[in-house]
Amino acid sequence: MSLVTNLDLRKTAMKWLIASLITLSVSAIGMVELFGERFVITGLFTMAQVMFLGPTAVFAYRAVQETPQAQKWLGLLKALLIGLGVGLVMMALVWLSQNIDIRSVFINISPKLINILTFNGSGSLTLLLAMVGAGLAGGVLALVPTKLRTALLVGGGTTILTGLLSEILAERLRSLFGAQVSNAIFASKALQLVPAIVLFVLITAFVYFRSTGHIKPANIRLPAGRERLVLTALISGFLLVLPMLLGSYLTEVTNNIGLFFLMGLGLNIVVGLAGLLDLGYVAFFAIGAYTMAALTSTGPLGLADMSFWVALPICVAVAAVAGFILGMPVLRMRGDYLAIVTLGFGEIIRILALSDLMKPYIGGAQGILNIPKPMVGELSLIRPEQMYYVILIGVAVAMFMSVRVRESQIGRRWMAMREDEDVAEAMGINLVSTKLLAFTIGAGFSGLAGAIFASKLGSIFPHSFNLLISINVLSLIIVGGLGSIPGTLVGAIILVGLPELLREFAEFRWLAYGVLLVTMMLSRPEGFIPSETIRRELHSGDEAEQAG
Amino acid sequence: MRDRLAKLNWIDLFLWVARAAIVLVILVGTVKTLINNPYTLRNWEDFIIFGIAQGSMYALIAIGYTLVYGVLQMINFAHGEFFMSGIFASTAAVAIPLSRAGYLESHPVPSLLLIALSSIVVSVLISLLTERIAYRPLRHAPRLMPLITAIGASFFWQYYFRGLFGAQAIPFPTIPQLAGSVPFLHTQVLKPHILVIFVTFVVLVALNFFISSTRPGKAIRAVAENKDVAALMGIDVDRTISLTFATGAAMAGVAGMLYALVFQQVHFFMGFIPGIKAFTAAVLGGIGSIPGAAVGGLFLGLFESLGPSLFLQSLGIPAFNQLKDVIAFTMLVLVLIFRPQGIVGERLKEKKA
Amino acid sequence: MSKRFLALIAILVAGLVLAACGGGGASSAFECTDAIGCVEVAAGAPIRIASALVISGPNTDLGLDSQHGVEIAIEFKGDVLGHSVELQAEDDGCSAEGGQTAGQKIVSDPSIVAIIGTSCSGAGVPLAQIASDAGYAVVSPSNTAPSLTDPAQAWKPGYLRTAHNDKVQGAAMADFAYNTLGLHTAAAIHDGDPYTEGLANAFREAFEAQGGSVVAFTAVNVGDTDMRPVLTSIAASAGGAPEFLFFPVFTNECAHLATQSLEVAGLENTVRGAADGCFSAAAAELIGSAAPGMYFSGPDLSFSGDTYTRFAAAYQTNFGTAPLSVFHAHAFDATNMVLSCVEQVAKQSDGALLIGRQDLRDCLYATSGFAGITGSLTCNEYGDCADAKIAVYEIQGGDYVSIWP
Repeated sequence: MSLVTNLDLRKTAMKWLIASLITLSVSAIGMVELFGERFVITGLFTMAQVMFLGPTAVFAYRAVQETPQAQKWLGLLKALLIGLGVGLVMMALVWLSQNIDIRSVFINISPKLINILTFNGSGSLTLLLAMVGAGLAGGVLALVPTKLRTALLVGGGTTILTGLLSEILAERLRSLFGAQVSNAIFASKALQLVPAIVLFVLITAFVYFRSTGHIKPANIRLPAGRERLVLTALISGFLLVLPMLLGSYLTEVTNNIGLFFLMGLGLNIVVGLAGLLDLGYVAFFAIGAYTMAALTSTGPLGLADMSFWVALPICVAVAAVAGFILGMPVLRMRGDYLAIVTLGFGEIIRILALSDLMKPYIGGAQGILNIPKPMVGELSLIRPEQMYYVILIGVAVAMFMSVRVRESQIGRRWMAMREDEDVAEAMGINLVSTKLLAFTIGAGFSGLAGAIFASKLGSIFPHSFNLLISINVLSLIIVGGLGSIPGTLVGAIILVGLPELLREFAEFRWLAYGVLLVTMMLSRPEGFIPSETIRRELHSGDEAEQAG
Repeated sequence: MRDRLAKLNWIDLFLWVARAAIVLVILVGTVKTLINNPYTLRNWEDFIIFGIAQGSMYALIAIGYTLVYGVLQMINFAHGEFFMSGIFASTAAVAIPLSRAGYLESHPVPSLLLIALSSIVVSVLISLLTERIAYRPLRHAPRLMPLITAIGASFFWQYYFRGLFGAQAIPFPTIPQLAGSVPFLHTQVLKPHILVIFVTFVVLVALNFFISSTRPGKAIRAVAENKDVAALMGIDVDRTISLTFATGAAMAGVAGMLYALVFQQVHFFMGFIPGIKAFTAAVLGGIGSIPGAAVGGLFLGLFESLGPSLFLQSLGIPAFNQLKDVIAFTMLVLVLIFRPQGIVGERLKEKKA
Repeated sequence: MSKRFLALIAILVAGLVLAACGGGGASSAFECTDAIGCVEVAAGAPIRIASALVISGPNTDLGLDSQHGVEIAIEFKGDVLGHSVELQAEDDGCSAEGGQTAGQKIVSDPSIVAIIGTSCSGAGVPLAQIASDAGYAVVSPSNTAPSLTDPAQAWKPGYLRTAHNDKVQGAAMADFAYNTLGLHTAAAIHDGDPYTEGLANAFREAFEAQGGSVVAFTAVNVGDTDMRPVLTSIAASAGGAPEFLFFPVFTNECAHLATQSLEVAGLENTVRGAADGCFSAAAAELIGSAAPGMYFSGPDLSFSGDTYTRFAAAYQTNFGTAPLSVFHAHAFDATNMVLSCVEQVAKQSDGALLIGRQDLRDCLYATSGFAGITGSLTCNEYGDCADAKIAVYEIQGGDYVSIWP
């Protein structure tokens, strides 16, 4: 009786249920199968195994953690039960799939999946044992002293991540240090066993001897004075040589991150500072891109054969004017009406761009081809490593402007308006011009990104300007931390760079993107690197509660 | 002061010119079309019926947006996925097996009820799960946070269901009893269209009764009015919010069923565009208002069906049907400029979140 | 703490810069005399080719099907000059930016000999540029846009394709409708995709050239489901309801148009036609009972005989399905073209290979009378290699059956 009470059956059952659901899900949607032959450590274990054993370990770990200190052995029993329970569920899945035709409904429950789940057909008992093992492992981990546990987790996580990114890392190692180095560490897109162990031990030891026990949230504070100067110089130097280190593919990814960062900076002014929810931000990106294309293209649709540098300010101006014009009808709309109307504008621009109506001017579905790259003297900036510097300059200018604008009087007006329009108006702020200015500047940034995008791509098609871009930019500024410039950069790296590096996940990138958005918002509602004001706002409630 | 007045006038002037231009284009197009009249009476009736049928589906989905907005003031971006999940799962797991067994053809009515029921159940389950995991913890966070989790949930469910049932569109089985059409005025109305319009009407009446006259319905209204006061009155706010989501999702489940009957194919991405359209419909009608959702849905359906032919055809625009979404969104802007609260929305001062 | 942090960063930067400048240069057994560089394949190492096909998103089947074709070609070929062949499969995302990223990823790997791709013409434009600049050869199994082999538009040196130009398919369908079916009025619908728009236009031009009249030329949007209003306005065209309705769009919209046109007043007797975007088992299933009276144009594989039979059998065993789409055979041929040129131009020494990139390109452009399963391939100077044979199919009992020519 007391054992039953102590086991806290309801909570344990809940954990079993969730772990089972997650394990069933990753199996049934095909993730396990996709990674069945994807080794993290060559010949030892695969991504698939991480995926279907992981959830059990995590929930067993949490079950033990929640058990009172004095009864840790009971916790292990819980972990064992969870492992056993999930194992039984998965055994049932294996049995079902072998006896009735579930594949006609759930297309991904294939013989191959069953083969992976049962460790190459060695039977469902192996599956059960592995699950119990995973549960126990998770449980035991919870009993390990905190300091060691943190070290083990960081070490293990880093090793798995390295294994996951081996393809890209191997390519980098090969071109930086030669094929021998690369082949010694990585083999067929995975870590070799010995380097994996070395990496794991090194990282674990490093963290163990460095850490103070628990991970503190990163506290980024710029040092002052001379150190600040040195740091700035170092960062600038680093940014200047970055493409050499990254190679052309990773630089290409960096360039994409840069363009989204640029758009994020602009949208940050509109949403983060002025509080105007804009879901059609892609419209200005498209306008910038099409202006660049029309002005510079050497094809039949080119109007002026301008050079990139001459056309660039025109593109920004055109996008800004478009922002001004589209801003006017929505001036009196608030909140969510604004969201749907801007979304509508974005769609209108996209549909017009691909329509037969506009085809004689901007190419319709066939887009505009033959957009030249920027020229520096006689050099055409073809390679991503060269384009990188154009984007770097664009980003630097935009960052500088963002900071200046935010700290100017206009910035304060925007923030006042975001907090309360009525009060702001009563304080003598002209809402009309303040809002229009936000729209105009935001659109200009987006136009700049669009113009560079067109030149970088060399040809543009209306399909590149869909709603997903607006959604992605909005997500990245909020995930990064609304109103915060470093936050926007981190958001762009996470939401643009990471999906690119995890190309292997194929369709599941979007699933992971969804999970990431939800978990980020739940765990850090103020964003990754929140701006000071937003952080204060969000936590003012807590403080009040604590005080009261 | 004078300075501000001058600016306002200048912007007003621009807006009036813009409005006049849009209205002028519409009027010229309409008049020219009516003079040339390339269509027969039967064609016009067809356009209207297609529009009403499409609009009915938008209306049912829009209810979900409007209910949630009324209660939480949040845009539930994942609502299109509630719509998709129900019918996609029930087609793959219920309708197809029933059809293979021959039961669907021999007993269409119980089969259809079963499919509808499973569609509703899955939609409701998905909505409750989403609310519990992605929205409830953020109830007191700034409004943009739940918008982002909603977008995240939307991606998640799309690709989750894609994983479960595949990326291919699944054909919804044809039901012989629903094939063919019935004569009406000068035209023939397809049987699925009749079913759509009839079911939507019944469901809307039932929903209206539920919201206005039952205890849970009143609780929803009370929570929409003021959560704190409702809580003081002994209403369980969390449960009522879950109920709101469930009601909206049930409507989406029904809409999914009707969609499958009319269009005969379902796939994982089918919720995205109807979701955005229904959101537009909800705003068009006046977000937060149930009759608004119905009216907005119908208007949007009619604009899409009639608009290209009525407004654009005679203006010599090539491939004018391509621009139907341009018309829909332009009408939205036009309506919102004239009536910022939507067609039937009340002129309320917006609540502060 | 912060000083140590700075020092750490400084060391890191310095180290990486040194590495960036110093690394790389592996010693070589060969001397490369090729104008645009060489690929060296060490003894025992595989010959690596890359594919850039759409393997995610709504057009996955199109690209996956081609990728299967490449994989089977590699399997059938076995070893090339004593080296195995390895495929590096990338995703072109069916978009210009997807093509660009995939292209950059591929050309950052100097061990890759050639590229099979892209699936979508929109992705092909930037990829052709990147590959051309980096000295790679690209053979696309499924780009059909005329602009890609037009030197005034998007063609770049090093780009070739085994897929037929849209103009060929549009003309074939027009010929079939006008001459074989004897239909003299037609309408065409595209969906704003570059491929469908190009094909619909090609059809319009060819049909009018035959002497027919195109009474309506319009478009729907990707993701549309209610096609009845569009179809009603086509039925009420000034030139009367068309006798032939051509909609070369992709599966879902194609099925909607195919089924709904039967329900629209005035189009009951209109003959319907679609193209290879609607040519898949999935499409046949969705169209279902609306199939009679509908024709599909696509590549003609009927004459290829024995190899194709073997190919189809291998496809079934390896991937557990019938071919997903239409360009698997073109991908098979493209891969074989590349591998046979590798055999011709590679210099051998001690089991290692040296492949000159310009030599490889020259060899590909010189392809003539190459016996593939899509026909006898001969490349012109701008890389159009297809022996364009278009057949017209109809669905009989769920299968596509060739009925013309």
